[in-house]
Amino acid sequence: MSQWTETPILEVPVAEGAKDQTMVLNMGPQHPSTHGVLRLVLEIDGEIVVRLYPEIGYLHTGIEKTCEAKFYHQVVPLTDRIDYLSPMHNNLCYCLAVEKLLELPIPEKAQWMRVLLSELTRLNSHLVWLGTHAMDIGALTVFLYTFREREEILRLFEYVAGQRMMTSYIRIGGLSMEPPIDFFERVQAFIRTFPEKIDEYSNLLTGNPIFMNRLQNVGHLSAEDAIALGVTGPPLRASGVDFDLRRDMPYSGYEKFQFQVPVSQRCDVWGRYEVRLQEMRESTKIIQQALDGMPEGEIKAEAPKIVLPDREKMKTQMESLIHHFKIVTEGFTVPSGEVYQGIESSRGQMGYYVVSDGTAKPYRVHMRNPSFASLQALETMCRGRLLADVVAVIGSIDVVLGEIDR
Amino acid sequence: MSTTLHGKDAVLAEMSQHPALAALMAEMSEALVDARWDRDELTLTVAPEQIVAVGQRMKQAGYVFLEDLTAVDWYPAMVPRFQVSYHLLSHARKERIRLRVLLPHDNPKVTTITGVWPAANYYEREVFDLFGISFEGHPNMRRILMPDEWVGHPLRKDYPVEGYR
Repeated sequence: MSQWTETPILEVPVAEGAKDQTMVLNMGPQHPSTHGVLRLVLEIDGEIVVRLYPEIGYLHTGIEKTCEAKFYHQVVPLTDRIDYLSPMHNNLCYCLAVEKLLELPIPEKAQWMRVLLSELTRLNSHLVWLGTHAMDIGALTVFLYTFREREEILRLFEYVAGQRMMTSYIRIGGLSMEPPIDFFERVQAFIRTFPEKIDEYSNLLTGNPIFMNRLQNVGHLSAEDAIALGVTGPPLRASGVDFDLRRDMPYSGYEKFQFQVPVSQRCDVWGRYEVRLQEMRESTKIIQQALDGMPEGEIKAEAPKIVLPDREKMKTQMESLIHHFKIVTEGFTVPSGEVYQGIESSRGQMGYYVVSDGTAKPYRVHMRNPSFASLQALETMCRGRLLADVVAVIGSIDVVLGEIDR
Repeated sequence: MSTTLHGKDAVLAEMSQHPALAALMAEMSEALVDARWDRDELTLTVAPEQIVAVGQRMKQAGYVFLEDLTAVDWYPAMVPRFQVSYHLLSHARKERIRLRVLLPHDNPKVTTITGVWPAANYYEREVFDLFGISFEGHPNMRRILMPDEWVGHPLRKDYPVEGYR
């Protein structure tokens, strides 16, 4: 450890000629509406934000460095911990990247299950976003309603993976285990009533004059700025850019599903709210299609040297035991090369850049996380607006600090 | 198994029609050092001093979105030691390309591309913080994840994974 010295709080120079009128205000890292440990240094003139400077890194745990010391399959649980609201997206993106390096085909059932779980994860994440976003604005009730449904999704995750949040269910080469027999019925029961629940949230918020006034025409972000600043996902689509990786660069069999990509031309916080709400309805449709067309078959790829064998086989067959032992103790080698795999996560385009040098451990794993880039647009959206709008804007880009700091 | 093309000549012979390659070869063929087509991904290695010009050219060719920017440390196996990778996305063509530059062990630095894509701001700070590669002309070249007074660059391969320093 290096010697500890006091961090200079504000090296940010104050705007020319404004020193007498403006005030520098620190917001966070423990502020309840910064969704974690985001710290903002704000320069304000009365209640108007003149400049805004995000300070990040309070949650930096060095996951990228840790990945380099693990076998490929040991990285999967680490990816869960990047984003506690959409663990399956991180699992999926990492596994797809490694499967691309290995050029390993995945059985259809596993792909469909991945789509189903990926959309459930999106619902899970959007429900937390909706609850906390509304709570930031002052509508406390919605939080209780959304967490009621989220609880059911977490129960489904627990049922299928044995874990509520850090699921690690998607593995390299498929899934970790067969879904329980009545899993699909439980998902079906949840999906059947879910559209009504979305109407319920919408009833509480969409016509609410306080909510509308706080959200409409706040946090303007033009399409050009959004693209220039690396903003992706719902904020990008709310700025009128019709781009969704699920439809435009499909992965894991998304090309077999029919769904709309909601786009709004409003460019404000309200537009992002509408897009996300609509996305939840579309996710419900995708889950319904996945349930209806769920193919029969294997959930793991035919690759005994990469995929762990079933416990039953491992206990009864010598060959499986050897494979199991080899994978657990030595890992598996991956041909050298570099790949970039992008997926559409709840917050935008997530990407894993995996570099292999031909050994059993990844040479470099880099995560492109949507929140990290979207945070850069915060100043553009908040400058010249009221201090209270900053809270609404932070909610609208849906930051998860674990994802930003990694 | 997808086809793999190694080397500039092989890629140019097979895919000279690719818009990124065509745009690059039309005006600034000297900037292209190496190329590779591997697992359906195109990697173009360009000369470090040309990266801004190449970035601008790619932006005109439709690769308007800088999706990712990061680095790889090839110590001690390879010289030059550092690789900076830029992932560009074209919304219209729905595909990515990867640009990369190779930088030496001593005083690694490259010109910033924040002028072309403002999104590079945080990414370049992250690479500076974790790899010690500095980006000349960057508006705010400070550490972003590690504390300001930290010594060393954690993602370098000669930096230990565990233990005290």
